[in-house]
Amino acid sequence: MKEKANLLDLSRDTGTMSKKELEASPGYPSKEDLKKGSVVVIECTEEIPCDPCETVCKRGAIVVGEPITNLPRLDPEKCNGCGLCITICPGLAIFLVDATYSENEAAISFPHEYLPLPKESDEVEAVNRKGRIVCKGKVIKVRSPKRYDHTPVVTVAVPKKYLHEVRGIKRLNKGAK
Amino acid sequence: MAKENLACELAIIGGGPAGLAAAIEAAKAGVRVSLFDENEKPGGQLFKQIHKFFGSKEHQAGIRGHDIGYHLLDECQKVGVDTRLNTVVWGIEDNKIGIVNEKASRIVDAKRIIVATGASENPLSFPDWTLPGVMGAGAAQTMMNVHRVLPGTKVLMVGSGNVGLIVSYQLLLAGAEVVAVVEALPKIGGYVVHAAKLRRAGVPILTSTSILEARGKEAVKEATICSLDEKLCPLEGCERTLKVDLICLAVGLSPLAELCWMAGCKFKYLPELGGFVPIHDENMRTTLSYLYLAGDVAGVEEASSALEEGKLAGVSVAGELGYLKKDEAEEEKDRIRKRLSSLRLGPFGDMRAKAKLELMRAKG
Repeated sequence: MKEKANLLDLSRDTGTMSKKELEASPGYPSKEDLKKGSVVVIECTEEIPCDPCETVCKRGAIVVGEPITNLPRLDPEKCNGCGLCITICPGLAIFLVDATYSENEAAISFPHEYLPLPKESDEVEAVNRKGRIVCKGKVIKVRSPKRYDHTPVVTVAVPKKYLHEVRGIKRLNKGAK
Repeated sequence: MAKENLACELAIIGGGPAGLAAAIEAAKAGVRVSLFDENEKPGGQLFKQIHKFFGSKEHQAGIRGHDIGYHLLDECQKVGVDTRLNTVVWGIEDNKIGIVNEKASRIVDAKRIIVATGASENPLSFPDWTLPGVMGAGAAQTMMNVHRVLPGTKVLMVGSGNVGLIVSYQLLLAGAEVVAVVEALPKIGGYVVHAAKLRRAGVPILTSTSILEARGKEAVKEATICSLDEKLCPLEGCERTLKVDLICLAVGLSPLAELCWMAGCKFKYLPELGGFVPIHDENMRTTLSYLYLAGDVAGVEEASSALEEGKLAGVSVAGELGYLKKDEAEEEKDRIRKRLSSLRLGPFGDMRAKAKLELMRAKG
Protein backbone atom coordinates (compact mmCIF):
# COMPACT_ATOMS: atom_id res chain seq x y z
CA MET A 1 0.00 0.00 0.00
CA LYS A 2 2.77 2.37 0.98
CA GLU A 3 4.75 1.45 -2.10
CA LYS A 4 1.69 2.18 -4.23
CA ALA A 5 1.37 5.59 -2.64
CA ASN A 6 5.03 6.32 -3.32
CA LEU A 7 4.70 5.39 -6.97
CA LEU A 8 1.75 7.71 -7.37
CA ASP A 9 3.69 10.42 -5.66
CA LEU A 10 6.33 10.04 -8.32
CA SER A 11 3.84 10.50 -11.16
CA ARG A 12 2.78 13.77 -9.54
CA ASP A 13 6.34 15.01 -10.02
CA THR A 14 6.37 14.47 -13.73
CA GLY A 15 2.84 13.91 -14.99
CA THR A 16 3.77 10.56 -16.45
CA MET A 17 2.89 7.23 -14.94
CA SER A 18 5.82 4.85 -14.68
CA LYS A 19 5.69 1.34 -16.10
CA LYS A 20 5.97 -0.02 -12.58
CA GLU A 21 3.04 2.04 -11.37
CA LEU A 22 0.91 1.06 -14.34
CA GLU A 23 1.65 -2.64 -14.05
CA ALA A 24 0.75 -2.52 -10.36
CA SER A 25 -2.67 -1.00 -11.17
CA PRO A 26 -5.76 -3.19 -11.67
CA GLY A 27 -6.54 -1.73 -15.09
CA TYR A 28 -3.36 -2.95 -16.73
CA PRO A 29 -3.51 -6.36 -18.42
CA SER A 30 -0.79 -8.92 -17.66
CA LYS A 31 1.88 -9.90 -20.18
CA GLU A 32 -0.02 -13.15 -20.85
CA ASP A 33 -3.28 -11.30 -21.49
CA LEU A 34 -1.52 -8.96 -23.88
CA LYS A 35 -0.20 -11.88 -25.93
CA LYS A 36 -3.72 -13.09 -26.67
CA GLY A 37 -4.77 -10.15 -28.85
CA SER A 38 -6.82 -6.97 -28.64
CA VAL A 39 -7.24 -5.77 -25.05
CA VAL A 40 -7.68 -2.39 -23.38
CA VAL A 41 -5.03 -0.84 -21.19
CA ILE A 42 -6.34 1.51 -18.51
CA GLU A 43 -3.77 4.06 -17.41
CA CYS A 44 -5.66 5.39 -14.40
CA THR A 45 -3.74 5.14 -11.15
CA GLU A 46 -5.25 7.85 -9.01
CA GLU A 47 -8.34 7.53 -6.82
CA ILE A 48 -10.67 10.07 -8.39
CA PRO A 49 -14.49 9.89 -8.37
CA CYS A 50 -15.17 8.64 -11.89
CA ASP A 51 -16.77 5.57 -13.44
CA PRO A 52 -18.10 6.06 -17.00
CA CYS A 53 -15.73 3.31 -18.22
CA GLU A 54 -17.67 0.86 -16.07
CA THR A 55 -21.05 2.16 -17.22
CA VAL A 56 -20.21 2.05 -20.93
CA CYS A 57 -18.86 -1.52 -20.93
CA LYS A 58 -21.75 -3.82 -21.79
CA ARG A 59 -19.64 -6.91 -21.14
CA GLY A 60 -18.74 -5.99 -17.58
CA ALA A 61 -15.05 -6.09 -18.37
CA ILE A 62 -14.37 -2.94 -16.35
CA VAL A 63 -15.50 -2.70 -12.75
CA VAL A 64 -15.17 0.34 -10.49
CA GLY A 65 -17.90 -0.45 -7.97
CA GLU A 66 -18.24 1.30 -4.62
CA PRO A 67 -16.76 3.63 -3.65
CA ILE A 68 -16.57 5.39 -6.97
CA THR A 69 -12.93 6.27 -6.29
CA ASN A 70 -11.84 2.65 -6.73
CA LEU A 71 -9.37 2.22 -9.55
CA PRO A 72 -11.01 0.58 -12.57
CA ARG A 73 -10.38 -3.16 -12.55
CA LEU A 74 -10.06 -4.85 -15.92
CA ASP A 75 -11.17 -8.40 -16.60
CA PRO A 76 -9.21 -9.15 -19.79
CA GLU A 77 -11.22 -12.34 -20.37
CA LYS A 78 -14.39 -10.31 -20.83
CA CYS A 79 -12.84 -7.52 -22.91
CA ASN A 80 -13.40 -8.00 -26.65
CA GLY A 81 -11.51 -4.86 -27.57
CA CYS A 82 -14.53 -2.85 -28.76
CA GLY A 83 -12.90 0.33 -27.51
CA LEU A 84 -16.04 2.20 -26.39
CA CYS A 85 -14.34 2.99 -23.09
CA ILE A 86 -11.56 4.85 -24.95
CA THR A 87 -13.89 7.65 -26.00
CA ILE A 88 -16.01 7.95 -22.86
CA CYS A 89 -13.03 8.30 -20.48
CA PRO A 90 -12.85 11.99 -19.47
CA GLY A 91 -9.18 11.51 -18.65
CA LEU A 92 -8.37 10.08 -22.11
CA ALA A 93 -6.55 7.40 -20.15
CA ILE A 94 -7.66 4.24 -21.96
CA PHE A 95 -5.88 2.64 -24.90
CA LEU A 96 -6.36 -0.52 -26.92
CA VAL A 97 -3.38 -2.66 -27.79
CA ASP A 98 -3.21 -5.65 -30.08
CA ALA A 99 0.10 -7.49 -29.88
CA THR A 100 -1.03 -9.95 -32.54
CA TYR A 101 -1.70 -7.41 -35.30
CA SER A 102 1.00 -8.84 -37.57
CA GLU A 103 4.14 -10.85 -37.18
CA ASN A 104 6.29 -7.85 -36.40
CA GLU A 105 3.80 -5.16 -35.52
CA ALA A 106 1.45 -4.28 -32.73
CA ALA A 107 -1.61 -2.07 -33.20
CA ILE A 108 -2.17 0.72 -30.71
CA SER A 109 -5.46 2.66 -30.55
CA PHE A 110 -5.71 5.93 -28.66
CA PRO A 111 -8.01 8.92 -28.33
CA HIS A 112 -6.87 11.78 -30.55
CA GLU A 113 -8.85 15.02 -30.39
CA TYR A 114 -6.36 17.17 -32.31
CA LEU A 115 -7.08 18.48 -35.77
CA PRO A 116 -6.27 17.80 -38.49
CA LEU A 117 -6.81 14.07 -38.11
CA PRO A 118 -4.36 11.72 -39.80
CA LYS A 119 -5.65 9.61 -42.69
CA GLU A 120 -5.55 5.86 -43.08
CA SER A 121 -2.22 4.56 -44.39
CA ASP A 122 -0.43 7.83 -43.46
CA GLU A 123 3.01 7.44 -42.00
CA VAL A 124 3.14 9.25 -38.65
CA GLU A 125 5.53 9.79 -35.78
CA ALA A 126 4.54 7.64 -32.82
CA VAL A 127 5.17 9.12 -29.37
CA ASN A 128 5.52 7.75 -25.87
CA ARG A 129 3.98 9.01 -22.61
CA LYS A 130 6.46 11.88 -22.51
CA GLY A 131 5.62 12.98 -26.03
CA ARG A 132 8.98 11.81 -27.38
CA ILE A 133 9.03 10.31 -30.83
CA VAL A 134 9.98 6.63 -30.50
CA CYS A 135 9.36 5.26 -33.99
CA LYS A 136 7.41 5.63 -37.21
CA GLY A 137 3.89 4.27 -37.25
CA LYS A 138 1.38 3.51 -39.96
CA VAL A 139 -2.19 4.68 -39.49
CA ILE A 140 -4.51 1.70 -39.84
CA LYS A 141 -7.80 3.21 -38.78
CA VAL A 142 -9.33 6.57 -37.88
CA ARG A 143 -12.82 6.36 -36.42
CA SER A 144 -15.04 9.19 -35.30
CA PRO A 145 -18.69 8.17 -35.32
CA LYS A 146 -21.25 10.43 -33.65
CA ARG A 147 -21.42 8.37 -30.46
CA TYR A 148 -17.72 9.03 -29.85
CA ASP A 149 -18.78 12.66 -29.30
CA HIS A 150 -15.79 14.35 -30.92
CA THR A 151 -13.18 12.03 -29.46
CA PRO A 152 -11.78 10.26 -32.54
CA VAL A 153 -9.87 7.02 -32.06
CA VAL A 154 -6.76 6.51 -34.14
CA THR A 155 -5.07 3.14 -34.58
CA VAL A 156 -1.44 2.87 -35.63
CA ALA A 157 0.76 -0.12 -36.36
CA VAL A 158 4.21 0.07 -34.77
CA PRO A 159 7.07 -2.42 -34.28
CA LYS A 160 6.03 -4.91 -31.62
CA LYS A 161 8.77 -3.93 -29.21
CA TYR A 162 7.09 -0.54 -28.69
CA LEU A 163 3.84 -2.09 -27.48
CA HIS A 164 4.26 -0.69 -23.97
CA GLU A 165 5.65 2.63 -25.08
CA VAL A 166 3.63 4.13 -27.91
CA ARG A 167 0.55 5.98 -26.64
CA GLY A 168 -0.09 8.56 -29.31
CA ILE A 169 1.25 10.37 -32.34
CA LYS A 170 2.82 13.73 -32.84
CA ARG A 171 0.18 16.37 -33.56
CA LEU A 172 -0.05 17.18 -37.24
CA ASN A 173 -0.74 20.83 -36.48
CA LYS A 174 2.61 22.55 -36.02
CA GLY A 175 1.16 25.36 -33.94
CA ALA A 176 -1.16 28.13 -35.07
CA LYS A 177 0.34 30.79 -37.27
CA MET B 1 -43.48 58.19 -7.06
CA ALA B 2 -41.47 55.06 -6.39
CA LYS B 3 -42.35 52.03 -8.47
CA GLU B 4 -43.99 49.10 -6.76
CA ASN B 5 -41.60 46.27 -5.88
CA LEU B 6 -41.43 43.20 -8.09
CA ALA B 7 -42.13 39.96 -6.28
CA CYS B 8 -41.29 36.29 -6.53
CA GLU B 9 -41.14 33.35 -4.17
CA LEU B 10 -37.55 32.42 -4.91
CA ALA B 11 -34.93 34.74 -6.38
CA ILE B 12 -31.82 33.01 -7.68
CA ILE B 13 -28.74 35.08 -8.33
CA GLY B 14 -26.48 33.59 -10.98
CA GLY B 15 -27.41 31.36 -13.91
CA GLY B 16 -24.46 28.95 -13.90
CA PRO B 17 -24.78 25.21 -13.21
CA ALA B 18 -25.70 25.77 -9.54
CA GLY B 19 -28.30 28.48 -10.19
CA LEU B 20 -29.88 26.65 -13.10
CA ALA B 21 -30.07 23.34 -11.20
CA ALA B 22 -31.61 25.11 -8.20
CA ALA B 23 -34.14 26.89 -10.43
CA ILE B 24 -35.19 23.65 -12.13
CA GLU B 25 -35.67 21.72 -8.89
CA ALA B 26 -37.64 24.49 -7.21
CA ALA B 27 -39.81 25.35 -10.23
CA LYS B 28 -40.50 21.65 -10.84
CA ALA B 29 -42.00 21.48 -7.37
CA GLY B 30 -44.19 24.53 -8.07
CA VAL B 31 -42.16 27.41 -6.63
CA ARG B 32 -42.41 30.71 -8.52
CA VAL B 33 -38.75 31.27 -9.46
CA SER B 34 -37.00 34.29 -10.93
CA LEU B 35 -33.39 33.86 -11.97
CA PHE B 36 -31.10 36.86 -12.46
CA ASP B 37 -27.83 36.87 -14.36
CA GLU B 38 -25.67 39.80 -15.37
CA ASN B 39 -24.57 38.12 -18.60
CA GLU B 40 -26.39 38.12 -21.90
CA LYS B 41 -26.56 34.33 -21.91
CA PRO B 42 -27.18 31.91 -19.05
CA GLY B 43 -24.96 28.89 -18.37
CA GLY B 44 -22.15 30.45 -16.38
CA GLN B 45 -18.88 28.72 -17.17
CA LEU B 46 -20.54 25.58 -18.58
CA PHE B 47 -20.41 26.69 -22.20
CA LYS B 48 -16.65 27.00 -22.18
CA GLN B 49 -16.20 23.62 -20.55
CA ILE B 50 -15.91 21.63 -23.74
CA HIS B 51 -14.38 18.62 -21.97
CA LYS B 52 -16.16 15.45 -20.90
CA PHE B 53 -17.07 15.54 -17.22
CA PHE B 54 -15.81 13.20 -14.52
CA GLY B 55 -18.11 11.48 -12.03
CA SER B 56 -20.81 8.87 -12.46
CA LYS B 57 -23.86 8.52 -14.68
CA GLU B 58 -26.00 10.60 -12.28
CA HIS B 59 -23.38 13.33 -12.50
CA GLN B 60 -23.58 13.12 -16.32
CA ALA B 61 -20.04 11.81 -16.54
CA GLY B 62 -18.63 11.41 -20.02
CA ILE B 63 -20.82 14.26 -21.32
CA ARG B 64 -19.25 17.53 -22.40
CA GLY B 65 -19.91 20.60 -20.24
CA HIS B 66 -21.62 22.65 -22.94
CA ASP B 67 -24.04 19.81 -23.69
CA ILE B 68 -24.95 19.70 -20.00
CA GLY B 69 -25.54 23.45 -20.31
CA TYR B 70 -27.96 23.08 -23.24
CA HIS B 71 -29.82 20.39 -21.35
CA LEU B 72 -30.23 22.64 -18.29
CA LEU B 73 -31.52 25.54 -20.40
CA ASP B 74 -34.12 23.23 -21.99
CA GLU B 75 -35.24 22.05 -18.58
CA CYS B 76 -35.50 25.62 -17.29
CA GLN B 77 -37.77 26.52 -20.15
CA LYS B 78 -39.94 23.43 -19.64
CA VAL B 79 -40.56 24.13 -15.96
CA GLY B 80 -41.12 27.84 -16.55
CA VAL B 81 -38.30 29.68 -14.82
CA ASP B 82 -38.54 33.46 -15.25
CA THR B 83 -35.00 34.18 -16.46
CA ARG B 84 -33.80 37.78 -16.46
CA LEU B 85 -30.56 38.30 -18.30
CA ASN B 86 -28.36 41.40 -18.55
CA THR B 87 -29.51 42.10 -15.03
CA VAL B 88 -27.11 42.91 -12.24
CA VAL B 89 -28.05 42.23 -8.64
CA TRP B 90 -26.44 45.01 -6.67
CA GLY B 91 -27.58 44.27 -3.17
CA ILE B 92 -29.45 42.05 -0.72
CA GLU B 93 -31.19 43.13 2.43
CA ASP B 94 -33.85 41.26 4.36
CA ASN B 95 -35.71 39.26 1.71
CA LYS B 96 -35.15 41.98 -0.86
CA ILE B 97 -32.73 42.22 -3.71
CA GLY B 98 -31.84 45.26 -5.76
CA ILE B 99 -31.57 44.72 -9.50
CA VAL B 100 -30.53 46.96 -12.32
CA ASN B 101 -30.58 46.53 -16.08
CA GLU B 102 -30.37 48.88 -19.02
CA LYS B 103 -33.88 50.13 -18.43
CA ALA B 104 -34.26 50.58 -14.70
CA SER B 105 -33.30 49.77 -11.17
CA ARG B 106 -35.89 47.85 -9.15
CA ILE B 107 -36.37 46.15 -5.82
CA VAL B 108 -37.56 42.54 -5.83
CA ASP B 109 -39.28 41.01 -2.82
CA ALA B 110 -38.43 37.34 -2.46
CA LYS B 111 -39.47 34.87 0.22
CA ARG B 112 -36.20 33.04 -0.30
CA ILE B 113 -32.97 33.89 -2.08
CA ILE B 114 -30.31 31.53 -3.44
CA VAL B 115 -26.94 33.08 -4.13
CA ALA B 116 -25.17 31.13 -6.89
CA THR B 117 -22.65 33.70 -8.01
CA GLY B 118 -19.71 31.34 -8.47
CA ALA B 119 -16.08 32.28 -8.02
CA SER B 120 -13.49 34.53 -9.59
CA GLU B 121 -9.97 33.78 -10.67
CA ASN B 122 -7.15 34.76 -8.35
CA PRO B 123 -4.60 37.17 -9.77
CA LEU B 124 -0.84 36.85 -9.40
CA SER B 125 1.31 39.92 -9.62
CA PHE B 126 4.84 40.10 -10.99
CA PRO B 127 6.71 42.79 -12.91
CA ASP B 128 4.78 43.73 -16.06
CA TRP B 129 1.84 41.51 -15.24
CA THR B 130 -0.38 44.30 -16.56
CA LEU B 131 0.85 43.84 -20.15
CA PRO B 132 -1.75 42.70 -22.67
CA GLY B 133 -1.28 38.95 -23.02
CA VAL B 134 -1.36 38.19 -19.30
CA MET B 135 -4.77 36.86 -18.35
CA GLY B 136 -6.62 34.36 -16.22
CA ALA B 137 -6.73 30.83 -17.62
CA GLY B 138 -10.51 31.04 -17.40
CA ALA B 139 -10.49 34.21 -19.47
CA ALA B 140 -8.40 32.51 -22.15
CA GLN B 141 -10.83 29.59 -22.04
CA THR B 142 -13.80 31.95 -22.55
CA MET B 143 -12.07 33.70 -25.44
CA MET B 144 -11.27 30.52 -27.35
CA ASN B 145 -14.22 28.26 -26.50
CA VAL B 146 -17.06 30.79 -26.35
CA HIS B 147 -15.90 33.63 -28.59
CA ARG B 148 -13.61 31.50 -30.79
CA VAL B 149 -10.69 33.86 -30.50
CA LEU B 150 -7.30 32.33 -29.80
CA PRO B 151 -5.64 34.81 -27.44
CA GLY B 152 -2.08 33.64 -28.14
CA THR B 153 -0.04 31.10 -30.02
CA LYS B 154 2.83 30.42 -27.61
CA VAL B 155 1.61 29.99 -24.09
CA LEU B 156 3.03 29.82 -20.59
CA MET B 157 0.54 28.36 -18.12
CA VAL B 158 1.13 29.30 -14.49
CA GLY B 159 -0.42 26.72 -12.17
CA SER B 160 -0.97 22.98 -12.56
CA GLY B 161 -4.31 22.48 -10.87
CA ASN B 162 -7.10 21.00 -12.99
CA VAL B 163 -7.94 24.43 -14.46
CA GLY B 164 -4.35 24.96 -15.61
CA LEU B 165 -4.06 21.44 -17.01
CA ILE B 166 -7.44 21.39 -18.76
CA VAL B 167 -7.10 24.86 -20.29
CA SER B 168 -3.58 23.99 -21.49
CA TYR B 169 -4.98 20.94 -23.25
CA GLN B 170 -7.75 23.01 -24.81
CA LEU B 171 -5.21 25.57 -26.00
CA LEU B 172 -3.43 22.73 -27.81
CA LEU B 173 -6.74 21.63 -29.32
CA ALA B 174 -7.30 25.20 -30.53
CA GLY B 175 -3.95 25.14 -32.29
CA ALA B 176 -1.70 26.98 -29.84
CA GLU B 177 1.61 25.73 -28.54
CA VAL B 178 1.91 25.44 -24.76
CA VAL B 179 5.58 26.13 -24.13
CA ALA B 180 5.41 25.04 -20.48
CA VAL B 181 3.20 24.65 -17.46
CA VAL B 182 4.91 25.90 -14.29
CA GLU B 183 3.93 24.93 -10.76
CA ALA B 184 5.41 26.59 -7.67
CA LEU B 185 4.81 23.53 -5.48
CA PRO B 186 6.94 20.39 -5.82
CA LYS B 187 3.94 18.33 -7.03
CA ILE B 188 1.46 18.71 -9.87
CA GLY B 189 -1.81 20.00 -8.42
CA GLY B 190 -4.44 18.46 -10.70
CA TYR B 191 -5.34 14.96 -11.83
CA VAL B 192 -2.47 12.89 -13.21
CA VAL B 193 -4.60 11.83 -16.20
CA HIS B 194 -4.90 15.50 -17.25
CA ALA B 195 -1.16 15.97 -16.79
CA ALA B 196 -0.47 12.78 -18.74
CA LYS B 197 -2.49 14.12 -21.69
CA LEU B 198 -0.23 17.18 -21.84
CA ARG B 199 2.92 15.15 -21.44
CA ARG B 200 1.93 12.89 -24.35
CA ALA B 201 1.57 16.07 -26.41
CA GLY B 202 5.13 16.98 -25.43
CA VAL B 203 4.25 19.80 -23.01
CA PRO B 204 6.74 20.09 -20.14
CA ILE B 205 5.28 20.50 -16.65
CA LEU B 206 7.90 22.15 -14.48
CA THR B 207 7.32 21.74 -10.74
CA SER B 208 9.04 23.92 -8.12
CA THR B 209 9.07 26.62 -10.77
CA SER B 210 7.29 29.93 -11.10
CA ILE B 211 7.15 33.08 -13.16
CA LEU B 212 9.43 35.99 -12.21
CA GLU B 213 8.39 38.55 -14.77
CA ALA B 214 6.72 39.22 -18.07
CA ARG B 215 8.50 41.27 -20.70
CA GLY B 216 7.44 43.19 -23.76
CA LYS B 217 6.74 46.74 -24.87
CA GLU B 218 3.14 46.75 -25.99
CA ALA B 219 2.29 43.14 -25.30
CA VAL B 220 3.87 40.05 -23.82
CA LYS B 221 6.88 38.87 -25.79
CA GLU B 222 8.75 36.88 -23.16
CA ALA B 223 8.40 35.40 -19.71
CA THR B 224 11.17 34.71 -17.24
CA ILE B 225 10.66 31.63 -15.12
CA CYS B 226 12.79 30.37 -12.27
CA SER B 227 13.22 27.26 -10.13
CA LEU B 228 12.17 27.67 -6.50
CA ASP B 229 13.64 26.27 -3.31
CA GLU B 230 11.56 24.46 -0.70
CA LYS B 231 10.52 27.80 0.80
CA LEU B 232 9.22 28.84 -2.63
CA CYS B 233 12.01 31.39 -3.03
CA PRO B 234 13.66 31.80 -6.47
CA LEU B 235 17.01 30.03 -6.79
CA GLU B 236 19.69 32.36 -8.05
CA GLY B 237 21.07 31.47 -11.44
CA CYS B 238 18.09 29.26 -12.30
CA GLU B 239 16.22 31.83 -14.41
CA ARG B 240 15.13 30.95 -17.93
CA THR B 241 13.48 33.11 -20.53
CA LEU B 242 10.73 31.71 -22.72
CA LYS B 243 9.41 33.28 -25.90
CA VAL B 244 5.66 33.47 -25.32
CA ASP B 245 2.82 35.79 -26.33
CA LEU B 246 0.32 34.59 -23.73
CA ILE B 247 0.74 34.05 -20.02
CA CYS B 248 -2.25 32.33 -18.40
CA LEU B 249 -2.72 32.43 -14.65
CA ALA B 250 -4.37 29.38 -13.12
CA VAL B 251 -3.61 30.03 -9.47
CA GLY B 252 -6.90 29.26 -7.83
CA LEU B 253 -10.35 30.75 -7.43
CA SER B 254 -12.12 32.65 -4.66
CA PRO B 255 -15.84 32.57 -3.86
CA LEU B 256 -17.68 35.62 -5.24
CA ALA B 257 -19.46 36.32 -2.00
CA GLU B 258 -19.81 40.13 -1.90
CA LEU B 259 -23.61 39.91 -1.81
CA CYS B 260 -23.42 37.55 1.17
CA TRP B 261 -21.09 39.93 3.03
CA MET B 262 -23.51 42.72 2.28
CA ALA B 263 -26.52 40.77 3.50
CA GLY B 264 -24.72 40.04 6.77
CA CYS B 265 -23.94 36.33 6.45
CA LYS B 266 -21.31 34.91 8.79
CA PHE B 267 -18.16 33.60 7.15
CA LYS B 268 -15.35 31.17 7.83
CA TYR B 269 -11.88 31.18 6.31
CA LEU B 270 -11.14 27.83 4.71
CA PRO B 271 -8.23 27.84 2.22
CA GLU B 272 -9.29 24.39 0.93
CA LEU B 273 -12.49 26.01 -0.35
CA GLY B 274 -10.92 29.14 -1.76
CA GLY B 275 -10.78 31.52 1.22
CA PHE B 276 -13.68 33.24 2.99
CA VAL B 277 -16.80 31.13 2.55
CA PRO B 278 -20.29 31.90 3.91
CA ILE B 279 -21.17 29.45 6.66
CA HIS B 280 -24.03 27.18 5.59
CA ASP B 281 -25.82 24.09 6.83
CA GLU B 282 -26.54 20.78 5.11
CA ASN B 283 -29.57 22.34 3.41
CA MET B 284 -27.31 25.05 1.92
CA ARG B 285 -28.87 27.66 4.19
CA THR B 286 -26.60 30.46 5.40
CA THR B 287 -26.69 32.05 8.85
CA LEU B 288 -29.60 34.16 7.54
CA SER B 289 -32.81 32.14 7.43
CA TYR B 290 -33.99 33.41 4.02
CA LEU B 291 -30.64 33.13 2.26
CA TYR B 292 -29.26 30.00 0.62
CA LEU B 293 -26.14 29.23 -1.40
CA ALA B 294 -25.09 26.83 -4.13
CA GLY B 295 -21.96 26.17 -6.13
CA ASP B 296 -18.55 27.78 -5.92
CA VAL B 297 -19.72 30.68 -3.75
CA ALA B 298 -20.31 28.04 -1.07
CA GLY B 299 -16.73 26.79 -1.44
CA VAL B 300 -14.81 26.37 -4.69
CA GLU B 301 -15.18 22.87 -6.16
CA GLU B 302 -16.20 22.06 -9.74
CA ALA B 303 -19.26 22.09 -11.98
CA SER B 304 -20.51 18.61 -11.04
CA SER B 305 -20.72 19.48 -7.34
CA ALA B 306 -22.17 22.89 -8.18
CA LEU B 307 -25.01 21.11 -10.01
CA GLU B 308 -25.71 18.89 -7.02
CA GLU B 309 -25.55 21.76 -4.54
CA GLY B 310 -27.95 23.69 -6.74
CA LYS B 311 -30.41 20.80 -6.66
CA LEU B 312 -30.00 20.56 -2.90
CA ALA B 313 -30.72 24.26 -2.38
CA GLY B 314 -33.68 24.12 -4.80
CA VAL B 315 -35.26 21.15 -3.03
CA SER B 316 -34.60 22.70 0.39
CA VAL B 317 -36.42 25.88 -0.55
CA ALA B 318 -39.30 24.01 -2.21
CA GLY B 319 -39.69 21.89 0.93
CA GLU B 320 -39.58 24.87 3.21
CA LEU B 321 -42.14 26.82 1.23
CA GLY B 322 -44.46 23.83 1.47
CA TYR B 323 -44.30 22.68 -2.14
CA LEU B 324 -42.87 19.31 -1.17
CA LYS B 325 -44.02 17.05 1.67
CA LYS B 326 -41.49 16.96 4.46
CA ASP B 327 -40.47 13.32 4.03
CA GLU B 328 -40.48 13.71 0.26
CA ALA B 329 -38.06 16.62 0.49
CA GLU B 330 -35.86 14.84 3.03
CA GLU B 331 -35.61 11.70 0.90
CA GLU B 332 -34.67 13.71 -2.17
CA LYS B 333 -32.12 15.73 -0.23
CA ASP B 334 -30.53 12.54 1.08
CA ARG B 335 -30.18 11.19 -2.45
CA ILE B 336 -28.51 14.44 -3.55
CA ARG B 337 -26.20 14.48 -0.51
CA LYS B 338 -25.12 10.95 -1.31
CA ARG B 339 -24.18 11.95 -4.85
CA LEU B 340 -22.39 15.01 -3.49
CA SER B 341 -20.32 13.02 -1.05
CA SER B 342 -19.33 10.57 -3.77
CA LEU B 343 -17.79 13.53 -5.63
CA ARG B 344 -15.81 14.39 -2.49
CA LEU B 345 -14.11 11.02 -2.13
CA GLY B 346 -10.48 10.19 -2.74
CA PRO B 347 -7.31 12.13 -2.07
CA PHE B 348 -8.60 15.23 -3.90
CA GLY B 349 -12.14 15.32 -2.55
CA ASP B 350 -11.25 14.33 0.98
CA MET B 351 -9.79 17.72 1.83
CA ARG B 352 -12.89 19.48 0.51
CA ALA B 353 -15.22 17.08 2.32
CA LYS B 354 -13.50 17.85 5.61
CA ALA B 355 -13.58 21.60 5.00
CA LYS B 356 -17.27 21.46 4.08
CA LEU B 357 -17.98 19.58 7.29
CA GLU B 358 -16.11 22.21 9.26
CA LEU B 359 -18.18 24.88 7.54
CA MET B 360 -21.42 23.14 8.42
CA ARG B 361 -20.38 22.71 12.04
CA ALA B 362 -19.38 26.34 12.38
CA LYS B 363 -21.85 28.50 14.20
CA GLY B 364 -22.17 32.10 13.29
